[in-house]
Amino acid sequence: MADDGQGAHGAGGLTSERMVTFEVFRYRPEEESEPVYQTYELPVRSEWVVLDALNHIKDHIDGTLSFRWSCRMGVCGSCGMMVNGNPTLTCATFVEALLPGPIKVEPLENFPVVRDLIIEMTDFMEKLESVKPWIIRAEERALEDGEYLQTPAQLADYKQFSMCINCLLCYSACPVFGLEPGFAGPAVIALAQRYNMDSRDQGAGERDALLNTDEGIWQCTLVGECSEVCPKDVDPAAAIQRYKLSSTVQWYRNFMMPWRAKG
Amino acid sequence: MKKTLEPFWWSLFGAGGTLAALFIPITLFVNGIAIPLGWLGAPGYESVLQLAGHPLARGYLFLLISLSFYHWAHRFRFTLYDGLQLKHLNFLIAVICYGSATVGTIAAGYTLINL
Amino acid sequence: MRVNPQHTPYHPRWHRPSMPIFWWVRRWIHARFILRELTSIFVAGYALVYLLQLRALGMGPEAYARFLEMLRSPLAIMLHAVALGFVMYHSITWFNLAPRALALRVGGKRVPDRVIAGLNFVAWIGISAGLLWMTLKG
Repeated sequence: MADDGQGAHGAGGLTSERMVTFEVFRYRPEEESEPVYQTYELPVRSEWVVLDALNHIKDHIDGTLSFRWSCRMGVCGSCGMMVNGNPTLTCATFVEALLPGPIKVEPLENFPVVRDLIIEMTDFMEKLESVKPWIIRAEERALEDGEYLQTPAQLADYKQFSMCINCLLCYSACPVFGLEPGFAGPAVIALAQRYNMDSRDQGAGERDALLNTDEGIWQCTLVGECSEVCPKDVDPAAAIQRYKLSSTVQWYRNFMMPWRAKG
Repeated sequence: MKKTLEPFWWSLFGAGGTLAALFIPITLFVNGIAIPLGWLGAPGYESVLQLAGHPLARGYLFLLISLSFYHWAHRFRFTLYDGLQLKHLNFLIAVICYGSATVGTIAAGYTLINL
Repeated sequence: MRVNPQHTPYHPRWHRPSMPIFWWVRRWIHARFILRELTSIFVAGYALVYLLQLRALGMGPEAYARFLEMLRSPLAIMLHAVALGFVMYHSITWFNLAPRALALRVGGKRVPDRVIAGLNFVAWIGISAGLLWMTLKG
């Protein structure tokens, strides 16, 4: 073949390039006290996702641009950003779908910005850990007694909620979290539900102490956007609503039969 | 465990929202638009009184009206909380919202018993 | 939920944007949410009108006739028309969100969300038709 390998798909026009403008949020705390937008114009190939364009900028135009990414295949959850104002996994969003541009890229909303497109997520990690996202047993079974068995139907109860990749798009989509940073938030509650609804788990009561509270599930007003933006169809809004429903049933049960109430 | 009253308010909100969603649009359309505009003939006074006076109808009307009030109270409380960022007035807003709904409920009970 | 993140001392130069008071006018999805929440005003507002109508009913034929006369004023009809739009928006959003809270199982299989929402809409239409029929008959 005469060309340099880039033309492998050339005949079908798949590698066609066009110039696209990107307006990228820049925040360099050592240089500026307020963020600015920097404009980059670059040749974009038709099969590129937004993350490819950012990598092109970093490799060929401006090496100082900072952002997180890792797997570039929608699994690691590192490359979430606001693209044209919407919380988006940049590795899963084709540039072509956003043409003609300009395309605005900003860090995820509702989080402090460390630098450029990088947000601070310690708060989230601490919340995540605080709800004990692991199987809790009142009494651990001895090793020789074998594993905890589970039927496919029992697995189906929580499987959806176990698909979360912690990309934080749901936190950016949630105005309640934006207003109330203490709110546990969609992903944390969905993960708690993932264990609460697991037939092998007995730790719902411990998680309740954190989540069946004003800053847990009861802060949620079901805006519903968390489920809309979730790239894994976890549906955190459903996790929270069902948590509210079961907590309410439990509340009435405790109210009617206080002698059976726990904790 | 920290005691929270939210499940109780939420259950009233949910029950009221469901009743209102199912029954209010048609009730509003018939009483507030179709009859006043003459699209439907207004039923006579005696027959309305008889229908509304039935114990089942009274129970239904009481639940519909009272729970609609509580539905509003809960939702509007959070609308003020989020929409206008009045978090610092949370307690006052809660008292006013649920308090008005309770006053409305007493008024509904009084009216329906004396029907 | 209090986990008390201790990060600020180490990173004093984070950019921390705050949400403006009227955050919900910036985006349609948020405006739509506030609109949905405001339907509650019309739900309670109509419940109040309905209660006043029942009160007039209890006060006798003259009071009831006066109340019906009031409902015939152009202003009342206009307000009712606006309120009808809002309460219908309440119904539609309410039924569409019902599957979020309800995870029903029939014969070991999850009932699809669309079916749960659909049943709500069927119930809505059925109840509306039933009440309309009762009015026509009465």
